[in-house]
Amino acid sequence: MSQTFADVLQIVALVGALALVHRPLGDYMARVYTSDKHLRIERWIHRCVGTDPSAAMRWPVYLRAVLAFSAAGVLFLYAMQRLQDKLPMSLGFAPIDPDQAFNTAASFVSNTNWQSYAGESAMGHLTQMAGLAVQNFVSAAVGMAVAVALVRGFARSRTGELGNFWTDLVRGVVRILLPLAAVAAVLLVAAGAVQNFSGMHEVHTLSGSVQHLPGGPVASQEAIKELGTNGGGFYNANCSHPFENPNGFSNLLEIFLILLIPLSLPRTFGRMVGSLRQGYAIVAAMGVIWLAGVVAVTVSEYAHPGTAAQLAGGAMEGKEQRFGEGGSSLFAVTTTMTSTGAVNSFHDSFTAFGGGVTLLGMVLGEIAPGGVGSGLYGMLVMAVIAVFVCGLMVGRTPEYLGKKIGPREIKLAACYILITPALVLGGTGLAMALPDGKEAMTNIGAHGFTEVLYAYASGSNNNGSAFAGFGADTPFFNTTIGLCMLLGRFLPMVFVLALAGSLARQAPVPVTAGTLRTEKPLFTGVLVGVIAIVTGLTFFPALALGPLAEGMSS
Amino acid sequence: MSIQTTTPTPVRRAEPAHAPEQEPPSGGPSRGGGAFGPRQLAASLPDAVRKLDPRSMVKSPVMFVVEVGSVLTTVLAVLHPADWFGWVIAAWLWLTVLFANLAEAVAEGRGKAQADTLRRARTDSVARRLGADGAEEPVPGAELRVGDRVVCEAGDVIPGDGDVVEGVASVDESAITGESAPVIRESGGDRSAVTGGTKVLSDRIVVRITTRPGETFIDRMIGLVEGAARQKTPNEIALNILLAALTIVFLLAVVTLQPFAVYAGAEQSLTVLAALLVCLIPTTIGALLSAIGIAGMDRLVQRNVLATSGRAVEAAGDVSTLLLDKTGTITLGNRQAAGFVPVHGATAAEVAEAAQLGSLADETPEGRSVVALAEDEHGLRSRPADELEGAVWVPFTARSRMSGVDLDGGAGRKVRKGAASSVLAWVEERGGRSRAEDGAGDGAGDEVRRVTEEISEAGGTPLVVAVEDEAGPRVLGVIHLKDVVKPGMRERFEELRRMGIRTVMITGDNPLTARAIAEEAGVDDFLAEATPEDKMALIRREQAGGRLVAMTGDGTNDAPALAQADVGVAMNTGTSAAKEAGNMVDLDSDPTKLIEIVEIGKQLLITRGALTTFSIANDVAKYFAIIPAMFAVAYPGLDALNIMRLSSPESAILSAVVFNALIIVALVPLALRGVRYRPMSAEGMLRRNLGLYGLGGLVAPFAGIKVIDLLITLIPGVG
Repeated sequence: MSQTFADVLQIVALVGALALVHRPLGDYMARVYTSDKHLRIERWIHRCVGTDPSAAMRWPVYLRAVLAFSAAGVLFLYAMQRLQDKLPMSLGFAPIDPDQAFNTAASFVSNTNWQSYAGESAMGHLTQMAGLAVQNFVSAAVGMAVAVALVRGFARSRTGELGNFWTDLVRGVVRILLPLAAVAAVLLVAAGAVQNFSGMHEVHTLSGSVQHLPGGPVASQEAIKELGTNGGGFYNANCSHPFENPNGFSNLLEIFLILLIPLSLPRTFGRMVGSLRQGYAIVAAMGVIWLAGVVAVTVSEYAHPGTAAQLAGGAMEGKEQRFGEGGSSLFAVTTTMTSTGAVNSFHDSFTAFGGGVTLLGMVLGEIAPGGVGSGLYGMLVMAVIAVFVCGLMVGRTPEYLGKKIGPREIKLAACYILITPALVLGGTGLAMALPDGKEAMTNIGAHGFTEVLYAYASGSNNNGSAFAGFGADTPFFNTTIGLCMLLGRFLPMVFVLALAGSLARQAPVPVTAGTLRTEKPLFTGVLVGVIAIVTGLTFFPALALGPLAEGMSS
Repeated sequence: MSIQTTTPTPVRRAEPAHAPEQEPPSGGPSRGGGAFGPRQLAASLPDAVRKLDPRSMVKSPVMFVVEVGSVLTTVLAVLHPADWFGWVIAAWLWLTVLFANLAEAVAEGRGKAQADTLRRARTDSVARRLGADGAEEPVPGAELRVGDRVVCEAGDVIPGDGDVVEGVASVDESAITGESAPVIRESGGDRSAVTGGTKVLSDRIVVRITTRPGETFIDRMIGLVEGAARQKTPNEIALNILLAALTIVFLLAVVTLQPFAVYAGAEQSLTVLAALLVCLIPTTIGALLSAIGIAGMDRLVQRNVLATSGRAVEAAGDVSTLLLDKTGTITLGNRQAAGFVPVHGATAAEVAEAAQLGSLADETPEGRSVVALAEDEHGLRSRPADELEGAVWVPFTARSRMSGVDLDGGAGRKVRKGAASSVLAWVEERGGRSRAEDGAGDGAGDEVRRVTEEISEAGGTPLVVAVEDEAGPRVLGVIHLKDVVKPGMRERFEELRRMGIRTVMITGDNPLTARAIAEEAGVDDFLAEATPEDKMALIRREQAGGRLVAMTGDGTNDAPALAQADVGVAMNTGTSAAKEAGNMVDLDSDPTKLIEIVEIGKQLLITRGALTTFSIANDVAKYFAIIPAMFAVAYPGLDALNIMRLSSPESAILSAVVFNALIIVALVPLALRGVRYRPMSAEGMLRRNLGLYGLGGLVAPFAGIKVIDLLITLIPGVG
């Protein structure tokens, strides 16, 4: 079997499996978020926390709950790191420095999992389990809750009520993430990932030296890290570590887990707005961009022009032999386009164009298919923009799913699309202009620039993967990237929820022959075009000075 | 409903009302209201320069940014006077702003001429105010108050808007309608409204003033056509927000580019950065946006429709239900004879002969159609009524409900035609056999009743014809009067359906007749025996379902429905209550125009969308021109992005800037005329416009920039 054929087959198998599973999962999630009944355990949680699970919330209330919950999460994580030495199971680690503690707290609460520390040598067990691992679940559930609130904005009419955040949060964790993570962990163990509570294994290698191999509850951590598009690895080497990702099958399984919820949510959306085809149009736009990225990166990695790469049959630097160019490229595109940030290869070592595509995947705003929840709401906001432009071209006030896109709606959508460029370009510009930023760079030329751009793109879009190549643990980067992560996560939520509230208040406009059909392939094409031109073009000058300059010079 | 059937004199309209927007994009005269040509550009130049005032520029955020860029590059050019490139870029940026202002000025200029005509009508007249004691006192027109009563006699100009409360007069309204034939205005009823500035031609009327001076119809018209009262519509505001957001995004991209460029060792001059920014922000749509809005209103004005707000024009594009009155809109104003049905052994020719005879003096359209049909179908010559000597004509009255003739001074034949019950009663009264109960089996009455019912079911109106002669009084047959659906209406409704618009016919007819006409005309629904309350309920029902409703009306009892409808077009012949309630007034009082209004509304939105798409798509080519020009020195590999093979960095940037400026001028005619509009489904329309303006916007600048670059290289010392 030729390598190309194997790579194609791998993608086909992945797409087939997702096509099969997204229907029941999407429908199930729709039921979860529309059901009136609370499970006993959920009622118990609400009673313990003191939240009212049945109060209907208007958008400002919903937003306040999201922000309060997340702010509490940041403070809690920050305090935990700062007081690490006084907590049990600290393994004797010192408290984390303020700037890094802030960065890490922001990182996990914002579903980014950018790590400017090395987990094994800085964080105690309690901080890892009660702090970081909990956020892996709840930050994902927050994203889903906000997405569902926006979907309700489209589905409901003449009401300001978007549901109850506490209910959505608890259900997301209890009914969706926990069961899926449990199943996924078992599958990962079956595939060969490690799951134990043992300490260091002392291993004598062939050359006679001694290695200490830490074990741990890897598979369970791995499951939620992919499912929740978090990305923070158990080991520093992340998914390239054989205990996390032992073989080609586990690699494919992890990619599947990353894409599972983001690609099923459009189905949930279609179900909740009463037209599955609307969901298909959204998922098709996501799929087209994702597939184009996969093809571009894979081709670029195989076609690397360097001599060494040509002899090896492709650019293998920084890639695991067991995944090859295909498995690595597939993983790289998936992780950057889903705001996951887990890596099974070093993106820094990718070819200039290949790395450029992963960068582009992030600056598109993490919408193809994007993080859990955040991908859907990001794509829906882009759909609002696309509807506005092409809705005008059919001669009516633009409307999407029966809701008019008027000044207020477009204002909120416009504010949303401003955030990513402002944070990424502003952050990078600041880093390039100030001595603080340039001092941390270890690479020169276009590649050095790409690394900085990648760091801010990753943080602002809550991806969390790094191009490495510079010391990210400086007060300057910790603080600015930490701010980018928080603003990049929660500012969009403000506008999304406001948009949801404004849509929910409207009375629906009936569909006629004069209505723009947003469930047709033509609209999917327009949506992809608008994303490419409106978002992609903004970053063209920056990309030209980074990956394009590097790639075209070689 | 009163319909003005005379042909309007196209004083201010260059084209007939039904002409769709199907003009060649270039060459040939543009549509009325003023041609777009060099002369008009020159005439608008002073206005365009005046609009450079930052206080007025700031209303368009995109163009304001361009103006700031122009100032910046000019200052830089002054600081480095030897750099020809800086001067040229500064000049072209100024031209970009100027072209945008020119587009707006030209659009406004088209309304100016009309406004001047209207102003002449608004001369300060002296009103003859009636005091409480009935005495007249002369008052300047500007001092009139609402409720004042003024006297107007032949030759007087009516000093303000009001209702006739006493008398009847013929009024020359050509100042506002362009229609020279005088119209009758009388107290009471639906023709009581008079407009200030119009002239009484005969008789004397007393007018109660209903509008304060300065807010009269003419004042509002002047404001509208001049664009002074123009407020941004919701959709325009939304589009402006999107454009502002895109401007900010590109501003960020350009501002942050400098540190990146410095790092790359390719620091850029502010002139180049300003040029890049101006090329990237959506200047094309930003420059033409307000011209599109003004031109849209202007297109309505050219069709003699006045919209009180741009919002209403936009709403017209969104309408999904049209309420159309049957009479005058769907059918011709009058019924026409369509056939003669004999009963009880008579022949059709006999019926036709009697019917024609009885109708010779009948000057109503129905009567004339009977005479004409008898001539056409049975070769019966029509003759003037006075040819028959000694004939006594019996006119139609509301009480007798029939008309006819008694020949030879009442001694000869007698003919009657009219409502079935009246004519049957007449026959019976004269001892004729009309009933079944006389034992003769199927009596004429029963047969007549059967035939009239059949005609009613088919949507027609039966007129029974009876004679009395030597054979005695008897019913001969029935004239089938039919509502005639205007030609082309069926196709029109078909088009509307394709556009997703439902048509509902409103009629006072009974449901049976209404259904037949509805089917013949091809409307989607009908409201029979409609009262104003029914109309109102129908509108509310449609709106509750989220639909936007458009309707026309003229009577005072239409006013609530007109106010409730999203687009209410009042007929100019109507009452001032109706005109106040609606958000548009049709000066031609042509109810069919509603369909055109909808099309204009759609065209307005499509033009905005098309130019926005075009503007955004243009950026791709500009990037490919400017980015390699900026950075190919630092990274020679980037020269591969110069796919247009532009000759030099300066020429590449300059070409992009020049293209960006010239495309505005090139698109001004399109913005003023509106993009071509054909009724079709949303899907088809999107496909067409995306292909034209999306792909076109992607490809055109590649070609345009290349051509400009080639021209620039021809200039000695450059390139």
